[in-house]
Amino acid sequence: MKLTLRVWRQRAADADGAMSTYDVDGISPDMSFLEMLDTLNEELILRGEDPVAFDHDCREGICGACSLVINGDAHGPERTTTCQLHMRSFADGDTIDVEPWRASAFPVIKDLVVDRSAFDRIIQAGGYITAPTGAAPEAHATAVPKPDADFAFEHAECIGCGACVAACPNGAAMLFTSAKINHLNVLPQGAPERETRVLDMVERMDDEGFGGCTLAGECATACPKGIPLVSITSMNKEWLRAARKAGKR
Amino acid sequence: MSTYADYVTGEPVVDGKAPEGPIGERWDTRRFEAKLVNPANRRKHTVIVVGTGLAGGSAGATLAEQGYHVVQFCYQDSPRRAHSIAAQGGINAAKNYRNDGDSVHRLFYDTVKGGDFRARESNVHRLAQISVEIIDQCVAQGVPFAREYGGLLDTRSFGGVQVSRTFYARGQTGQQLLLGAYQALSRQIAAGNVEMRPRTEMLDLIVIDGRARGIVARDLITGRIDTYFADAVVLASGGYGNVFYLSTNAMNSNATAVWRAHRRGALFANPCFTQIHPTCIPRTGEHQSKLTLMSESLRNDGRIWVPEAKGDTRPADRIPEDERDYYLERIYPSFGNLVPRDIASRAAKNVCDEGRGVGPGGQGVYLDFADAIARMGRKAVEAKYGNLFDMYQRITDEDPYEVPMRIYPAVHYTMGGLWVDYDLQTTVPGLFAIGEANFSDHGANRLGASALMQGLADGYFVLPATINDYLARHPRQGDTGRQHPVVQEVLAETEDRLNLLLAVDGDRTPDSFHREVGELMWEFCGMARTDSGLRKALERIPQIREEFWRRIKVPGTGEEFNQSLEKANRVVDYLELAELMCLDALHRAESCGGHFREESQTPDGEAERRDEEFTYAAAWEFTGTGTAPVLHREDLVFEYVHPTQRSYA
Repeated sequence: MKLTLRVWRQRAADADGAMSTYDVDGISPDMSFLEMLDTLNEELILRGEDPVAFDHDCREGICGACSLVINGDAHGPERTTTCQLHMRSFADGDTIDVEPWRASAFPVIKDLVVDRSAFDRIIQAGGYITAPTGAAPEAHATAVPKPDADFAFEHAECIGCGACVAACPNGAAMLFTSAKINHLNVLPQGAPERETRVLDMVERMDDEGFGGCTLAGECATACPKGIPLVSITSMNKEWLRAARKAGKR
Repeated sequence: MSTYADYVTGEPVVDGKAPEGPIGERWDTRRFEAKLVNPANRRKHTVIVVGTGLAGGSAGATLAEQGYHVVQFCYQDSPRRAHSIAAQGGINAAKNYRNDGDSVHRLFYDTVKGGDFRARESNVHRLAQISVEIIDQCVAQGVPFAREYGGLLDTRSFGGVQVSRTFYARGQTGQQLLLGAYQALSRQIAAGNVEMRPRTEMLDLIVIDGRARGIVARDLITGRIDTYFADAVVLASGGYGNVFYLSTNAMNSNATAVWRAHRRGALFANPCFTQIHPTCIPRTGEHQSKLTLMSESLRNDGRIWVPEAKGDTRPADRIPEDERDYYLERIYPSFGNLVPRDIASRAAKNVCDEGRGVGPGGQGVYLDFADAIARMGRKAVEAKYGNLFDMYQRITDEDPYEVPMRIYPAVHYTMGGLWVDYDLQTTVPGLFAIGEANFSDHGANRLGASALMQGLADGYFVLPATINDYLARHPRQGDTGRQHPVVQEVLAETEDRLNLLLAVDGDRTPDSFHREVGELMWEFCGMARTDSGLRKALERIPQIREEFWRRIKVPGTGEEFNQSLEKANRVVDYLELAELMCLDALHRAESCGGHFREESQTPDGEAERRDEEFTYAAAWEFTGTGTAPVLHREDLVFEYVHPTQRSYA
């Protein structure tokens, strides 16, 4: 396959960026999108040009590092991570736009690499269960109904890639934040911190500069792990319940 | 002139920390004998932890909970992304919830036997003991393990064992355990007890007066090279499987932290013990950048086969039942498709070498779920393996519900690593190695679902207990500052190395060298090894190294985000480590576990150990790039599990 790529190039966080055009040839439909970019980068290095910087690591769709907006869609046309997108999803001769996540809470570091540390700070605000090592009771001491365990798992699948934020017209982090809150709040182990968790995490989310939610639903469409949109509704319910209890509203 | 292969044998290396006495009491004894640090004094001690995978994440969180000041590093943008996250299958624990005859002793026995009698009994027994606490800990953290309808935890069986002791979270057990550790770590970061430095890569170790005192690390965003000081340094930087270029490791997993520690005096043990995982997706072409594993749990219900006849190119569904060879079930009737990984991998290689492989290039075997779907129904198969099937389909564009999967072995895990004593301390005082970075628990072959167990055992329970002893016995020394002559020297070496990489301005990319050395290793130091092949590789590696420093091309500068520079610097270390792996494989003229020397096999082609000569761990001392290392043997004593020829028939 022969393709034309238009790639966002930006030397550093404080530099101006622009789209640059590159032609790539000899692309196999079996290549992953990132292997196609590897091919481009090998050529750029040999030409003495700066290769395109992008985040990637496991290339199995689980670490959440890869983060490209492809033809306007977070992670591209398939519902998966960029690393699991294959070139068979494109046609010979296509022109493909490649951009970084666009969100004010995710500043660009270089080219297609952005700073997602705001996500880590949301987790630090309460996305955990306080269970210091050694203090745990026997694992079977508390049975967890299977539907609850499955609900927790389905939300715990979030890989923290940030596609939800990139896809959202408001740059909101509601789906990410709700996934963690729903994972932990449904479990009996998470109950003691149920209220503080949701209040603190939502507060931190707002402080990090993420936008508000208008239920556009783009986040759930872009999520490579299928975190459902109702996750946000559940979080809002948790928040209301906690806020009332805390006498905030 | 002496060559690299003319190694000399030095003094034996002895584990001075494992107590005597009945094996079941040794861990208690050691914990009691280890000195403690007064809780009020702990915050005055700084511990550096490199890596945030299962071992590093759990260690950082636990040390901080105990009151130590932790400075933690990872090259990823977030500690949540370490490659432990990709582990699929599960985590072993001797809970015996199934009442199927499991016990601490059986897990200990299975692990020693599975490791082909090349692991240290004391360490393995401790691992089996701690396994039960890990599950408790993870459940308390909210790890959403699979559960039965009654609300209790579900388990499944895994390769190399006959009990059901593997706890799992669908096909994402590693992810869920890692997020548990990451969340515990996050709580400590928020509390100010852990200073987290993401996108920062360790490039060297600072050793002053014989003690590990800190590291040199590069900020991957600004390129700034800095020094960090501590009272102890913990390496949790993972394995070195990426030396093979193609492996199931993450793209950026690398050996630099352990190799640089080795160059600074830490012995490197059993480097040739690498695990080739039997169930990976075959490669599709030259562009392949990494290989993807399909969880071994698939072997619980999938049946592995190849055509009976050579060169049979009919599609799978056109090959009648009686013209198929379910070779694992045929050769190993009692374990069948659940034989240990090394055996399953070698068997796959053998049938492909016979010309009976399937798929492009004949480098694959079928993993067939037709029987499982007929027996359990598609829905049950989907519930158990759905995400793995989706992943397979996404990569290969084939539907495994309709046509059998094609699999082939790939490099997956390295059992070798930095030599550590029972306290997980390396031969450099104050330098500890945990998780895949050390060598201690899996011998010559790791059983499935044991890596997660070991990473978390080391990080949550072992290291936090043993590191106290070191810190209590050594006065706090604090920051020596950049001006100390040793620090100046280490910094200068690091800067010179990076500057040289940028200055060569040759005509080959870092990847091209990585690929070259990787292919060489796969051919000569992969699934089957020979004296002559290893000698060929040992001749070739110094030539590649020489060419590397003549022809490498790294664009850009060191003072910026520069992924080519990161990569090139990692390749520098692969080009030395590869040589040690080949030498270790050459010197160990026996077959054991994942190390198969063609000269040492039984008449029916199984690995043949030579216990009288090789019942030891080989710990190598660095003497200089390309110069012969010194071998220090640690004799292994088997008091509880008597070495026998492994039999899974």
